[in-house]
Amino acid sequence: METVKLTINDIKVEVNEGATILDAAKKIGIRIPTLCHHDDLCVAGRCRVCVVEQKGARLLQASCAVPAAEGMQIYTNTQKVREARRTILELLLSEHSGECTSCYRSNNCELQALAQEYLVIGGAFIDVSDKSPIDVSSPSLVKDNGKCIKCLRCVRTCAELQGVSALWNTHKGNKTRIETFLNKPMHYVVCTNCGQCVNRCPTGALTEKAYIQSVWRAIDDPEKHVVVQTAPAVRVGLGEALGMEPGGVVTGKMVTALKMLGFDSVLDTDFTADLTIMEEGTELLTRLKTALQDGKPTPLPMMTSCSPGWIKFIEHEYPSLLDNLSTCKSPQQMFGALAKTYYAEKIGVDPARMVSVSVMPCTAKKFEANRPEMKSSGFKDVDYVLTTRELAHMIRQAGLSFANLEERKFDSIMGESTGAAVIFGATGGVMEAALRTAYELVTGREVPFRNLNIEPVRGMEGVRAASIKIENVKEEWKFLEGAELKVAVAHGLANARKLMKEAEKGASPYHFIEIMACPGGCIGGGGQPIPTSPEIRLKRAAAIYAADEALPLRKSHDNPEIKMIYREFLGAPLGHKSHELLHTHYARRNRS
Amino acid sequence: MKSGDKSKRLKEFEEKVNLIFRETDCVEVLKKALRGDPRAIIKEIIDSGLRGRGGAGFPTGIKWKGAAEAAGGNKCVICNADEGEPGTFKDRRILDEQPDKVIAGMGICARAIGATEGYIYLRGEYTFLFSKLSAKCEAWNAIFKEKGLNFRTSVRSGSGAYVCGEETALFESMEGNRGEPRNKPPFPVTIGYSNLPTVINNVETLAYTTMIISDGPESFKSIGTKDSMGGKVFSVSGDASVKGVFELPLGMTLQEFVDLFGDSDTKAVQVGGSSGTCVPRKNFADTIIGFEGVPTGGSMMLFNSSRSMYHVLKNYLEFFEEESCGQCTPCRVGCQQLLKGIEAIRSGERPLSYLERLRDLARVMSIASKCGLGQSLANPFNSITQHFREEICY
Ligand SMILES: Cc1cc2nc3c(=O)[nH]c(=O)nc-3n(C[C@H](O)[C@H](O)[C@H](O)COP(=O)(O)O)c2cc1C
Ligand code: SF4
Repeated sequence: METVKLTINDIKVEVNEGATILDAAKKIGIRIPTLCHHDDLCVAGRCRVCVVEQKGARLLQASCAVPAAEGMQIYTNTQKVREARRTILELLLSEHSGECTSCYRSNNCELQALAQEYLVIGGAFIDVSDKSPIDVSSPSLVKDNGKCIKCLRCVRTCAELQGVSALWNTHKGNKTRIETFLNKPMHYVVCTNCGQCVNRCPTGALTEKAYIQSVWRAIDDPEKHVVVQTAPAVRVGLGEALGMEPGGVVTGKMVTALKMLGFDSVLDTDFTADLTIMEEGTELLTRLKTALQDGKPTPLPMMTSCSPGWIKFIEHEYPSLLDNLSTCKSPQQMFGALAKTYYAEKIGVDPARMVSVSVMPCTAKKFEANRPEMKSSGFKDVDYVLTTRELAHMIRQAGLSFANLEERKFDSIMGESTGAAVIFGATGGVMEAALRTAYELVTGREVPFRNLNIEPVRGMEGVRAASIKIENVKEEWKFLEGAELKVAVAHGLANARKLMKEAEKGASPYHFIEIMACPGGCIGGGGQPIPTSPEIRLKRAAAIYAADEALPLRKSHDNPEIKMIYREFLGAPLGHKSHELLHTHYARRNRS
Repeated sequence: MKSGDKSKRLKEFEEKVNLIFRETDCVEVLKKALRGDPRAIIKEIIDSGLRGRGGAGFPTGIKWKGAAEAAGGNKCVICNADEGEPGTFKDRRILDEQPDKVIAGMGICARAIGATEGYIYLRGEYTFLFSKLSAKCEAWNAIFKEKGLNFRTSVRSGSGAYVCGEETALFESMEGNRGEPRNKPPFPVTIGYSNLPTVINNVETLAYTTMIISDGPESFKSIGTKDSMGGKVFSVSGDASVKGVFELPLGMTLQEFVDLFGDSDTKAVQVGGSSGTCVPRKNFADTIIGFEGVPTGGSMMLFNSSRSMYHVLKNYLEFFEEESCGQCTPCRVGCQQLLKGIEAIRSGERPLSYLERLRDLARVMSIASKCGLGQSLANPFNSITQHFREEICY
């Protein structure tokens, strides 16, 4: 590759052709402030905070957008640059209703941090902030135009990473806004509630809808028995939200913290992740049997259904493929349904007195918990969904010194899980977990991958495909002898769309497809700590896989509590009770 | 000067140039261009000293050379007929009366750079020109074909936003996207419309290229000054004794200009439309209309003592506040602050010293904005607030 040589603040630097001035500065440890720039997104060059001076040029250059060129002499800290940056920050603050003290993103706001860095204090421009009402229509997200600085990170996220384009920039000049189609409330558009925009919003313009107060109230109510479940990816994100380095596994401390916050039962969504594998694995094998042995039409490829952002996406965009979805509820909703039935009975608590809370790396889970059909226990199965970030807030509010907490174990029952459940948190994890179980079910042998690690479905490639040859099967699975099981994994809805286009035409070569709405899977979920970047997600994923390897049990069907629940309560996978509590149906939605 | 003398003087000035509206056999000019080497065309345009007539004044020959040297089979020529600058209405007359000259210029450019596609991006409001120009394009397509030039032109209608006249926003608009200026580099000559190397020129620029090929660069160069060669078509409006479209040599002083179009009551001329510079009477004699002095895309607005410069400036700012594409901070918010700022000073909500703050803001906008719109706002703002401070503040 060709390289170019330039100087930045008189320091020589050589970078690959195509690198920007910003990249070159980073290479030699010079930080240039940015707002509209994001490592996950295309270049914008809009906010102009990153301007630098180029010797011989009249105009300042937006370092995020201008490619480094041979012989360039760049200065990042001149009087001209400082004045421009400061003015730009002052302008942004004038269109931002900056009630920092009462803002959800205070202390985690990029605009606030830069305003502080440049000491933008006093002498303000005239307030020109948007006074339109805050959109609280969605159960997952809150959109406050008054705090928007039009960096378009949300718009680019929604278009580039998710292929949804629920948000767009509309109008021009002083009327420039980020709006939905026809400016309808967020709840009434194609928004999937994935919250990826929230993860990338530099300010408090897009946030999750927080249910912290409701949860505190439940905890404080002596009449209530409050059950909490925590999703796989939360344990590799929570530490980060509390000031620790990305990539740490904090399961034990998290359990202690939840107990100290006052939750009555601290349980694990990983339990129902294992259960999902039992149900979904059986469902896949049943579909394969119908297709291959009975020769009857059955919807293939089967597609996973754990990711509620993905579910809403397919409901809007590919309603013709809804039958391809696994009918399994997500682990959160399976858990909710069992908490107020099986668990309530086991511990002798009236389900009417039970409040079921979940902690999720996800904002779409808030929407999912509010879906009208999610009441199979006879009550609302999951009452409140908190994000990883909200839990971190509660831990701070309670004054816990998280890093110094002892490590404790989840309560039993519904607290036991395997490594297969943990990896649900990373893209490809559900597929890997399902293969570990299904292969063994069919052949009686472990999957033929070293250490059970099915590397071909791991990684961050947007779409990944793999196949496994099934040989020497058990008698009852004879029809699968010699079959090549073809699977695919996609994360980020723009990638999902690629697989769906193929499937819509009936040209999908796969038997089983895993889709996660968020880039990286749940570890990159819309409820995870801010900021996010490819680098951070890799660290969280590495933590997930390390947590899997560290567990004694790594296959869902080995989970003793899973065996127990089938024995005592559910009967068999896809049995009557399962259907009642663990499976669901989907809604056709239109595209506006 | 008596009005009779004035019109005589004006005639004299006009006759010094007389290129754009002169009857010319454009097919002959095209044939002439096709006879020679494409590089020879570029050389003639460079030698003529022609600079873009759309406002920015980039040397046209250099632009063509850039596109000619750009890699890529398909290339594109676009005629910028968006004519959105307030006070500018000369392109519409050129297109109405001399469309052949413009389309021939596009053909000459196509020959010079090796382009196969050509478009006229016509201001959305100029609907009355659309079918006429489309028919002209068809006729010329036949001529191009007959003369062995593999080049086709057509007309595209703009959609009303001022910023779509900015070349890269114009490409976005043509591609069906929101009209927002792109990051530069890359420049249009390497990546322009539809990722093709593209030459985009103003209507008048293209018409002049036809005349340069027709008459030779020397004749063009003999008009005007060292930095501002050739003629220029002006749109004269405001408190002028004669209004309309006039082709005059570049390099006149403003005094000479006001002698032709204004009177003793002319207190200021806004040169170059709302994004241009306001020159007060005391500077008329020392100000040259041209690239060495005040450049203009053609708009010349005269103001006499009955006009409030506060209202003039406010009117411009209202225009920009709405017409900024809204993508970059300095321009999107800066325009609003300048407008709100002068209102606040006027009403006493902000002290007079706030004007200095606004002038600094305008300077930051001029170096930190993404495109020419935000960059040029300091021209009217700082010139008007400098020369008419009292009118702004009280
Ligand atoms: C906001 C804005 C509006 C513009 N509008 C026009 C226009 O209406 N017509 C035009 O020819 N150039 C316009 N320009 C200039 C073009 O970007 C470009 O420089 C020009 O078309 C190049 O042609 P020329 O070199 O022949 O002048 C505009 C520039 C800006 C920044
Ligand atoms: S300067 Fe104004 S018109 Fe140009 S890109 Fe920026 S906001 Fe848009």
